[in-house]
Amino acid sequence: MTSRRAALLAVIAPLVLAGCQLPTFGANHGATKGGTESFKLWQGFSVTAIIIGGFTFLLILWAAFRYRRRGDSIPRQTQYNIPLELIYTIIPILVVIGLFAATVVVENQVVSNPTPNATVDVTAFQWGWKFVYPGQNVVVVGQTTQDPTMVLPVGENVRIDLRSSDVVHGFYVPKLNFSRFAQPGLLNVFTFNIDQPGIYTGQCSQLCGLYHSLMYFQIKAVSPAAYQSWLSANALSPAQAAAAAAATASQASSGIPVKPAQTNYGVK
Amino acid sequence: MTDLIERPGTESFDHHGGHDEVHHDNHDHHGPSGLLKWLTSTDHKVIGINYTVTSVLMMVLGGALAEVIRAQLVSPTSTLVSFAQYNQLFTMHGSIMIYLFAGPFAFAGLANYLVPLQVGAPDMAFPRLNALSYWLYLGGTISMLLSFFATGGPAAFGWVGYAPLTSAVNAPGVGPDLWIGALMLTGFSAIFSGVNLVATIFYLRAPGMTLFRMPIFTWNMLVTGILILLAFPVLTAALVMLYCDRHFGTHIFEVQGGGVPLLWQHMFWFWGHPEVYILALPFFGMVSEVIPVFSKKPMFGYKGMVFATLTIAALSLGVWAHHMFTTGAVLLPFFSIMSLLIAVPTGIKIFNWIGTMWKGQVEYTSAMLFAVGFVITFLIGGITGIYLASPPLDFFTHDTYFVVAHFHSVVMALVIGAMAGIYFWGPKITGYKLHEGWGKAQFWTLFIGTQLFTFPLYWVGLKGMPRRMAVYPNNPSWQALNQWATVGAILIGISTLLFVINVLVSWRKPIPAGDNPWDANSLEWFTTSPPPHHNFLSLPKIRSERPTWDYNHPDYPALGHGKHAGAETQEKANA
Repeated sequence: MTSRRAALLAVIAPLVLAGCQLPTFGANHGATKGGTESFKLWQGFSVTAIIIGGFTFLLILWAAFRYRRRGDSIPRQTQYNIPLELIYTIIPILVVIGLFAATVVVENQVVSNPTPNATVDVTAFQWGWKFVYPGQNVVVVGQTTQDPTMVLPVGENVRIDLRSSDVVHGFYVPKLNFSRFAQPGLLNVFTFNIDQPGIYTGQCSQLCGLYHSLMYFQIKAVSPAAYQSWLSANALSPAQAAAAAAATASQASSGIPVKPAQTNYGVK
Repeated sequence: MTDLIERPGTESFDHHGGHDEVHHDNHDHHGPSGLLKWLTSTDHKVIGINYTVTSVLMMVLGGALAEVIRAQLVSPTSTLVSFAQYNQLFTMHGSIMIYLFAGPFAFAGLANYLVPLQVGAPDMAFPRLNALSYWLYLGGTISMLLSFFATGGPAAFGWVGYAPLTSAVNAPGVGPDLWIGALMLTGFSAIFSGVNLVATIFYLRAPGMTLFRMPIFTWNMLVTGILILLAFPVLTAALVMLYCDRHFGTHIFEVQGGGVPLLWQHMFWFWGHPEVYILALPFFGMVSEVIPVFSKKPMFGYKGMVFATLTIAALSLGVWAHHMFTTGAVLLPFFSIMSLLIAVPTGIKIFNWIGTMWKGQVEYTSAMLFAVGFVITFLIGGITGIYLASPPLDFFTHDTYFVVAHFHSVVMALVIGAMAGIYFWGPKITGYKLHEGWGKAQFWTLFIGTQLFTFPLYWVGLKGMPRRMAVYPNNPSWQALNQWATVGAILIGISTLLFVINVLVSWRKPIPAGDNPWDANSLEWFTTSPPPHHNFLSLPKIRSERPTWDYNHPDYPALGHGKHAGAETQEKANA
């Protein structure tokens, strides 16, 4: 019973293969703990998809070629085969339950919010981003002509408080395997933990108007010590910082000077 | 003659005598003729043809817009169109394809033509409402097309129009209002079509046509009609609210004044996900008619097929928020399991189509090629959809080209299925076949073009390319994949040209089809091609879900009437 064995394999594949060496199936490895788990889930789904999809594809091809017309006789008028129909109802249900179980395990990890070591208030606006480091007097703003950079410590829990000051935007970092909508009137909170230093490009994923295509930002992940020194090197006076943080997005995008985004942050 | 039932108001004719000769409608029609007759017609066949032609023209227009989108994306910094024009292009491409082509073609075009024929009825239940439905749809289409000429251009907020990008401040001008108007008009048109479908199927079935003897296409149209009635009023209500926000100072979808932008997404997708199945079920129905006929076998697992359709419809009402996993405001596990479960009945359908071909005599007419191409393309779209039902995977594929590729696999499968329907029922509607050679050339360009178009987009989406980007200057590595997708789109364009050529060739050198060119199953093949004014002059005795086949193959027992009822009926009861 090839189909049953294939399906059984498909049910356990996401769980068993999680630790094995598999191709990426096109996805990023994910530079956070949650992102890595999502990547493994991706691999599990892909193995399942290839087994079941490939099996079904071959069945279609077999039926299409093997049973092409060879004469004018009328074949047996078979209409039902209840045991077979039950098999291809029940096995997919089992596969779906397996996929769902694996999904819930990973999902709980990705959406969990452990105690943060650092917090950034992110506000998306047409067409740029404002990063406020609460209590640190650091504010970074950038828009289409100059991407802002969010410096973050590696190996620590980073909490993002995500808002939008106008329309719906998407905070999307492909290499972290994560995105979340920034929505007017709603606060979205999520936490991630980047495992490797590096620069991760992010951009707006949800259509937000004219310059949606140009709404990039960078995440620069550095050691915790470098992060601390970056914070102190870029701190404004409390009054300046409060003014910068309170500046509306429209002021930021219309060029009213807040602390401008920098390209060189003096850290390695 | 014992198998013939005389229907009130019609005359019977002798099917034993001359089954292939053309029978002219011998009713006396008093009333207008020519253009006025066409304008005032309440005949479901005229309305069905109107719908089909209008919606196929819209498909060509939507496709042309898509070619411009693909041309823009061959270079990361292309300046073929401006940012504003690009946003208008994909908004109108999506809007025309979804609101003006796919739905109206399926649930109002072919369905209008075929459902009364398949259930043995003289017309739809409410012929005037049916006519109103078409004229509302045409009004909506004109409204959408007029928006191209509006000051400030047409709508540019995507076909989903997420609030508050649609507000009077963010999207000023007449263009967005015409978009709203178009959706309201086509929305009401769809609701009336739904009413008509449900009423016709429940109340106008011929004697003997029990629910479980209805063709799968009619079953799917019944379920589609019910879904329309549940889903479309929600969209239409949301559009009224949006219009009030824009013009009367309400703040339903705006934060100022206490509104909730997220409410739009809920209402939109509460329509939008059933809409996916409102689009898909009719095409499932079409290929479920084509595959048995050209395999020379009954639909395998007929009752399972009906059960699967009902299950898909029920589940589809509880999955809308899988479009909203990244909002952080929906219950992830519920919408995840509901969405994953849809794979089960969908899989049943695919296995039933395979089972129908299994040990058959599969004849590759163009219609059958398109039907098999549909199953393969839909399999790809279905499998990639399973990924998107898992929130952690959706988090990094949402709003990327992976999603674009997924639903284009699905909707291109529907386009391929539509072609199966046109090649299959075209002879019934016109009396003439389309040319097979051109049809096969069209199939292969369309099928290969579709895969060449979608596969690079899956890949570039996983690399992180968000949808709706006019340029991608920071990511030149995405260029090659985009160029391959454009090559695929060009092939799809060529296939459309081949279709137009085929229609012209078949027009110049007509190939008469006869009443029943495919030795088909359902009642529409029992009457003439095209059918007379009120469809039937007589009907065969309906003892199974393929009365015409039973009539033409008296040596075989009707399905469910053999020695092994419901199972293998190879033994000939009449022997």
